[in-house]
Amino acid sequence: MSTIASPAAGSEARIARRETLRQLLRSPTFLTGAAIVGFWVFCAVFGFAIAPHDPQDQSFTPLLRPGGAHLLGTDNLGRDVFSRVLVGAGDILKVAPLATLLGIAGGTVIGLVTGYFRGLVDNVISRIVDAWLALPVIVIAVTALVALGASTITLIVVIGVVFMPIVSRTVRAAVLGERQLEYVQAARLRGERAPYAMFVEILPNVMGPIIVEATVRLGYAIFTVAGLTFLGFGVQPPSPDWALQISDGYSLLNDTAHQGNYWIVLFPGMAVASLVIGVNLIADGISRALER
Amino acid sequence: MTPEPTPLALELRDLDVVYRVRGQDRQVLRGLTLTVGSGESYGLVGESGCGKSTTALAAVQYLPSNGRVRSGSINVAGRDVVRLSRAELRKLRATEVSMVYQDPSQALNPSIKIGRQVAAVFRVRGIGRDEAEERTAAVLRHVQIADVGSVMNRYPHQLSGGMQQRIVIAMALAKDPALLILDEPTTGLDATVEAEVLDLIAQLQAELRTAVLFVSHNLGVIGKMCERVGVLYAGRLVEEGPVDVVLQNPRHPYTVGLIRCIPRGGVRKDHGRLDTIPGFLPPLGEELPGCVFVDRCGLAREICHTVEPPLYQLGEHHISRCHFHEEAPELPRVIPADLGQPLPLDRSSTALVRIEDLEKIYRQRGHTVHAVSGVSVSIWPGETVGLVGESGSGKTTFARALLGLVVPTAGTVEVDGRVVPPKLARRSREDVEALQIVFQNPDSALNRRHTVRRILRRALKKLAGLTGTAAAARLLDLVQSVRLAERYLTVRPNQLSGGLKQRVAIARAFAGEPRLVVCDEPTSALDVSVQAAILNLLVELQVERRLSYLFISHDLGVVRYLSDRIAVLYLGRLMELGPADVVFDGPHHPYTEALLSAVPTIDGGGRERIRLEGEIPSAANPPTGCVFHTRCPRKIGPICEQEEPPLVTVERDHMMRCHIPIEELRRLQQDKDAITA
Repeated sequence: MSTIASPAAGSEARIARRETLRQLLRSPTFLTGAAIVGFWVFCAVFGFAIAPHDPQDQSFTPLLRPGGAHLLGTDNLGRDVFSRVLVGAGDILKVAPLATLLGIAGGTVIGLVTGYFRGLVDNVISRIVDAWLALPVIVIAVTALVALGASTITLIVVIGVVFMPIVSRTVRAAVLGERQLEYVQAARLRGERAPYAMFVEILPNVMGPIIVEATVRLGYAIFTVAGLTFLGFGVQPPSPDWALQISDGYSLLNDTAHQGNYWIVLFPGMAVASLVIGVNLIADGISRALER
Repeated sequence: MTPEPTPLALELRDLDVVYRVRGQDRQVLRGLTLTVGSGESYGLVGESGCGKSTTALAAVQYLPSNGRVRSGSINVAGRDVVRLSRAELRKLRATEVSMVYQDPSQALNPSIKIGRQVAAVFRVRGIGRDEAEERTAAVLRHVQIADVGSVMNRYPHQLSGGMQQRIVIAMALAKDPALLILDEPTTGLDATVEAEVLDLIAQLQAELRTAVLFVSHNLGVIGKMCERVGVLYAGRLVEEGPVDVVLQNPRHPYTVGLIRCIPRGGVRKDHGRLDTIPGFLPPLGEELPGCVFVDRCGLAREICHTVEPPLYQLGEHHISRCHFHEEAPELPRVIPADLGQPLPLDRSSTALVRIEDLEKIYRQRGHTVHAVSGVSVSIWPGETVGLVGESGSGKTTFARALLGLVVPTAGTVEVDGRVVPPKLARRSREDVEALQIVFQNPDSALNRRHTVRRILRRALKKLAGLTGTAAAARLLDLVQSVRLAERYLTVRPNQLSGGLKQRVAIARAFAGEPRLVVCDEPTSALDVSVQAAILNLLVELQVERRLSYLFISHDLGVVRYLSDRIAVLYLGRLMELGPADVVFDGPHHPYTEALLSAVPTIDGGGRERIRLEGEIPSAANPPTGCVFHTRCPRKIGPICEQEEPPLVTVERDHMMRCHIPIEELRRLQQDKDAITA
């Protein structure tokens, strides 16, 4: 960008950024989270290639216990649970991040507008946000999905929209702290319009909290997608989705003759839990590195 | 001084303190040796980064976790604190040494009532609850808190800054310590409150004979409060001696430079430029084989680069660490005194800016707060109007209303005789460009995510309408005019020092063709040598461009240096307005008189302090009659309580709001000066 760039000065900014990165790479919290999430992303992409059996193949003996040829047993339709767990992250890892992205984008805009304008605009929008927050996420989502029909796109849009008010509160708080700084007044004093002040002046300074919020929201998004799928409103069969597996298998839990067929539910359940924990560890690591 | 029978309150011997940064030890204090005798008050001065606070923290072993004493010894009341165990150290802190920091609101626990908080000082020494409470009330009375019972039942945030600092001082002195360390105890306070707190400290110190280590960047404060002074530079003591000797006859080039930077003794911009100290403090932990000051010294020769100067004994107790200390008083000036004279003013033409009956009322939960009540000021081209007053006087609201950042409740702003819209968004580009501001704190005034180039390019585009190559060329002119090296264009503000940041902020205000620039305490966050450079820059820009300033500051020396006229605000009202010399030399309004007498100067002596009683009244509930009558030392009677005096012209160009006739004021104020002289 510059014609007379000083190499020393330019690299100093880079050093600061590299310092944050180095701190992340030295944080066991972040590394553990990244390893877990990385593992599931890898499985989602290459799962069909590395799985010992075709996840949709129903030709095995149903309800085999874990061990032997089927490491985690087989389900009631005779499918290999291990192979299904390996590839089961595919849909959730598409829907949850996109929904999060939408929620963060919308929430950031609402948060910037309410935090920047304050006054009447803030009062009206914030009361709507408060009312919105008072409704349970699942209830809103189920209602919307029933009305719109369940599909990947509607799932992303519904979860994204449900997250917007939550994100907007975090962003608004960060913007309130920034907007009283004098650089915002300085922008007004050279005749900048509100959108410039919000998006060019303030936004870069509140990116830290937004990034942290995004990682935290991603964890919740995974939970929400899994929950909706379990209830039958999310990812649709025949996807080998974890929550679908749980939903298919939980009615067999009272079959005491087969120890409740616990493996059909337990292993996909652990997989969902590990993914959420992994994402939250990443969130912790990032927020600590940015706090510094 | 006679030999001490009691141990020294503080004795530092060859103290080396290092901070570990990125795996390397960086030296902060270099062989520091100093002593504070029992009952003595010792001042430590120097600019930020010289190691003043590190010295204070090392003395009580409160260094940050990456700091440690590498060698040397620290003795407090005869005990070597470096070798004390945790338990012994705790006992020492509980009984022998106290510290008072700059910001009292952070020193007090916000969720504990004052009474319990002060009583803790006694409780920690095993004194029973009832006795602790009694003694708490006693120490609070001792620091002149009027309504002890009610203050004990309040939380810190319910008290003013001055009150909070008195509470902290009460806590510090409650244990009758051998040593009291004060680290910039009055820096955040208003001048009149500062004066009160300093008086209190001086009085208590005389009474209790506590030894004091007084850390400050303010030479005036040190001059008023201390018997001896040490000047610290880059972690090394460069000069030490009795305070009047060092301030009147400094013998180290750094001390000489520091004193020259300060606008004082009524010096004004048309008398010449302020001198500065060139260059910067060496980076933390740099190897300095010769004299630590060599890179910035006008007297430096070959030997200074290679040989560390010894401490030269100059007189009784006066020492200087300079090879050429005899020449120090004749240190060559860095800035020639006679740079461009300000142009003579012509007030017969139309005023550049005319503010008429400006009023701003804030409404908060049923209260109405008159932040500014009917203030009228005109500013002519090329003129500087200084705006002074304590915090809460409406200075900032007034300036922001002028700029359009807040919309006034009533009143008008005219530019070139034309009324401009009160709202910034409705003003034309020319009007926006004409009125600009330089903020107090360049850290928050510059967007820390944008590079200097981006900040200035945007200002050029919006204020001057320049883009592309025209903007690039103008950008270079602009950075040159504020003496900012081009290489700083690519960096972000947090990589610049305070002075450089303020230069960027000034460049931004000057990107267009501003006609009036509001300077809102532009140097109060800066060191004195940087302040001098910034003040010189403002004067040079004014001479070059014939622009006007509205200069807000609590530092009356700075205001006097820059201003042609002075406006004094109190509780949103204009109390006095007149030519700078007249307002400063008098006869002046009783409030102005009190403000002036509150400022400690390094010239020493001078004015008799006029005490202002009580706190600044709340603007939500201003006093009847003359708003100043509750604190006025020259109140003449019921008329002051019942009738608000009008703002009248008392002599040529000089307006005042007081019931006392000007001749009477002149007589009263001359009498007082005669007494002190």
